[in-house]
Amino acid sequence: MQAKASATIAAAVPVPGATAEVVTFRPPARPAVERLREFASRAAGILLPPLIVIAVTLIVWQLLCSEAGSRLPPPTKVVSDAWDFIVDPFYDNGGIDKGAFWQISKSLGRVAIGFSIAAVTGVALGVLVGQSTWAMRGLDPIFQILRTIPPLAWLPLSLAGFRESNPSALFVIFITSIWPIIINTSVGVRNIPQDYRNVAAVIRLSWWEVFWKITLPATVPYIFTGLRIGIGLSWLAIVAAEMLIGGVGIGFFIWDAWNSSRISDIIVALVYIGIVGFLLDKLIATVGHFVSHGVSAQ
Amino acid sequence: MDKTYLKFEQIGMSFRRGQMATEVLRDIDLSIAQGEFVSMIGHSGCGKSTLLNILGGLLKSTTGEVFLEGKVVDEPGPDRAIVFQNHSLLPWLTVYGNVAIAVDKVFGGKKSKAERHDWVMHNLELVQMAQAKDKRPHEVSGGMKQRVGIARALAMQPKVLLMDEPFGALDALTRAHLQDSVMEIHARLGNTVLMITHDVDEAVLLSDRVVMMTNGPSATIGEVLKIDLPRPRRRLELATNTEYARCRAAVLEFLYARHRVPARVAA
Repeated sequence: MQAKASATIAAAVPVPGATAEVVTFRPPARPAVERLREFASRAAGILLPPLIVIAVTLIVWQLLCSEAGSRLPPPTKVVSDAWDFIVDPFYDNGGIDKGAFWQISKSLGRVAIGFSIAAVTGVALGVLVGQSTWAMRGLDPIFQILRTIPPLAWLPLSLAGFRESNPSALFVIFITSIWPIIINTSVGVRNIPQDYRNVAAVIRLSWWEVFWKITLPATVPYIFTGLRIGIGLSWLAIVAAEMLIGGVGIGFFIWDAWNSSRISDIIVALVYIGIVGFLLDKLIATVGHFVSHGVSAQ
Repeated sequence: MDKTYLKFEQIGMSFRRGQMATEVLRDIDLSIAQGEFVSMIGHSGCGKSTLLNILGGLLKSTTGEVFLEGKVVDEPGPDRAIVFQNHSLLPWLTVYGNVAIAVDKVFGGKKSKAERHDWVMHNLELVQMAQAKDKRPHEVSGGMKQRVGIARALAMQPKVLLMDEPFGALDALTRAHLQDSVMEIHARLGNTVLMITHDVDEAVLLSDRVVMMTNGPSATIGEVLKIDLPRPRRRLELATNTEYARCRAAVLEFLYARHRVPARVAA
């Protein structure tokens, strides 16, 4: 059974009037060189492996595509062909002949709008579906079917409905990214520990207070998982959608480059798309980490 | 002293799953006086937590009623604050925030903002957690979390404080320390407390009466033991106290001689 956890404790009796000298201990300062070396070795440990892999890939690619009749350009040719496109992302020659910065920001703008609408709607629907057993039973099978439809399959329907390319592209982003947001949010709401609900019941929070003070904060990690998947999907969707609807945007830029046989531009654009997609993912992950301050770190 | 401050009357509880109905509790009759500290002890699965949840309003009993100050209890409320076994702090709020969410809700209309702040701090000081008020639950130890859980419950100024195995998840040293804190707070504030435990020493040390439950299913109150030990009680002195030893033996006898968990049939 329980250990009798106590012992006689000799009480420390303060001596009146006695003051102890306060001594501050300073950790010995390490020489700057040593710290720099430590930092450098840690940075090298992180950066070196991917750099090596990239270098090896470029070399192999260079070797494979250097022959005269090669169908794809080697890296050196890509850089020399697409030099204008690489060095000046801000040029604007009118029409759709714009630099990478304008192409990408146009696409990002579309993603921002479509994804924001999807985020707000998705979280709201997710909370609804997660809280009500009937909504769950009714809507979940439909969501599970709709979420498997590829982004581009929505485009014709969207064009038929909106009759304009821009709202159609936004709709495609919206409809592509909303499903993981809904599904993850509803799972999060269903997984709120009964303890939290009990606490809310004992202090008699109203429905609205439960939503703001319990449901939403408790679901934040799940919501951000959904948002992360969603933003990745929406970036996939925008590039595909833009290929079909035309105009300025990194997606149509690729299509346009293909039609004018600028293979090197396509390769550079692909690299940009990959980097932007990676950054979007990291952005949402960082915001999520910041917003959920330790909810998941129980 | 009013003997019927809190009253369980013919409480019975069955859980229904499809065609099967399991009777967990039956014929629970118990009266608790104001300011009394009552422990409820029994083997796992005897429905003690169920009974506490019925009093807390989180469950509705199948038969019978609970009366608090003559009024029927039928929903959860801050007048029956609960200290949960696993502390149940909200991880996204600070220690201060976890107490404040209850204080703001319960006293929102009655106290000013400054008064509510003082009240939160007062309760954190009561459990010696004021210095950690800005920490989040995952940054403090298990014992400290449970202190905050107690502060949150006390801050609601409940008529009855319900404690569901409050120290079950803690190590022996921390547990002893918190038991002393609870005794001290009980002596100071005179709360009515119903505590669930399966620790015999804890029950005898803290309680005015120990309610012993028979084994489930269909558990009921087997025996009620009055602990006639003067307060304040000190665990060191009690170790050699004959009355303490007698009470302890009585509870042990009930649990392990008369109401032993039936040996499991080998599967």
